[in-house]
Amino acid sequence: MGVTPKLGNLGVVTTGLEDAVNWARTGATWPLLFGLACCAIEYMSTQAGNYDLARFGMELNRASPRQADLMIVAGRVTRKMAPVVRQLYDQMSDPKWVISMGDCASCGGVYNNYAVVQGVDEIIPVDVYVAGCPPRPEQLMHGILTLHEKIKGERIADWA
Amino acid sequence: MNIPDPLDPVAALNAAHPDAIKDTKTFRDELTIIIEPQDVPTVLRYLRDTPGLIYNYLSDISPVDYYPEYDRPARFGVSYHIYSMLYNRRLRVKTFVEEDEPVVPTATTIWPGANWLEREAHDMMGIVFDGHPDLRRLLMPADWDGHPHRRDYPLGYETIQFSFNVEEIMKHKPFAKE
Repeated sequence: MGVTPKLGNLGVVTTGLEDAVNWARTGATWPLLFGLACCAIEYMSTQAGNYDLARFGMELNRASPRQADLMIVAGRVTRKMAPVVRQLYDQMSDPKWVISMGDCASCGGVYNNYAVVQGVDEIIPVDVYVAGCPPRPEQLMHGILTLHEKIKGERIADWA
Repeated sequence: MNIPDPLDPVAALNAAHPDAIKDTKTFRDELTIIIEPQDVPTVLRYLRDTPGLIYNYLSDISPVDYYPEYDRPARFGVSYHIYSMLYNRRLRVKTFVEEDEPVVPTATTIWPGANWLEREAHDMMGIVFDGHPDLRRLLMPADWDGHPHRRDYPLGYETIQFSFNVEEIMKHKPFAKE
């Protein structure tokens, strides 16, 4: 982040608007509280003390999509669940991001059958795919940090 | 308490309903009685209520699709797995229904617990249970097309991606928009 040097001893920091906003957005990307399958177990352990997502300002899972910034699709999306996931995504307020966690959410994984959506990107736009079955907490955190890199690259012209 | 001696279900059924049993099979000491669809309620009720039989617990209702092997009486088989908690023995009552009219009388009048079992059989295999109080889909979405456990139902809707066909598949993949 391009923070320009301090002006004397005034304790004032100057920066660009984009940098400040993106810094704020990456600092508290609240995820939506929901899990669909076994990846949610790994997601929970990412949240818990050993890996501690609070370091990224993500200790708070919002149970309401209106207050969530990030949707982590943790698990396979069945075709019965797909309208629900899409509705949750539509209810989230902008700006919003989506992490597809695990093979099943990314491409259907081992569930190549009639009941499972072959990748959640068929129903909602995905920003970061995390591979693994299920991904370890380190992999999910790498996905989150990758998303942070993407958010930091957003510009005013891209804002909706 | 006076518990009557257990009866042989085939002999008892033959005495009470002479034309009900079409065939019997024994496989690994498990007895299967094959009956006509219209006899299902009477036979099940008889097996449940007769002293000496008391098959009082309906374990499961399982439909089977024998497509494309047509050496059976009909395409679909519907099995009722019943269990006697009094005598600790099991029995399988099976019936066959045709593809163009897969209708079996409901067992919910005998066991209310047959409700969801029959709904699942209807959802997955398309068996129609005549007289069922609420024959909706149980597992699949309400607007689903077809019955997925039929043998002629396509398994998936997308070819498995490998490196040689990934470009072709990704070209037709319905990616979502914002």
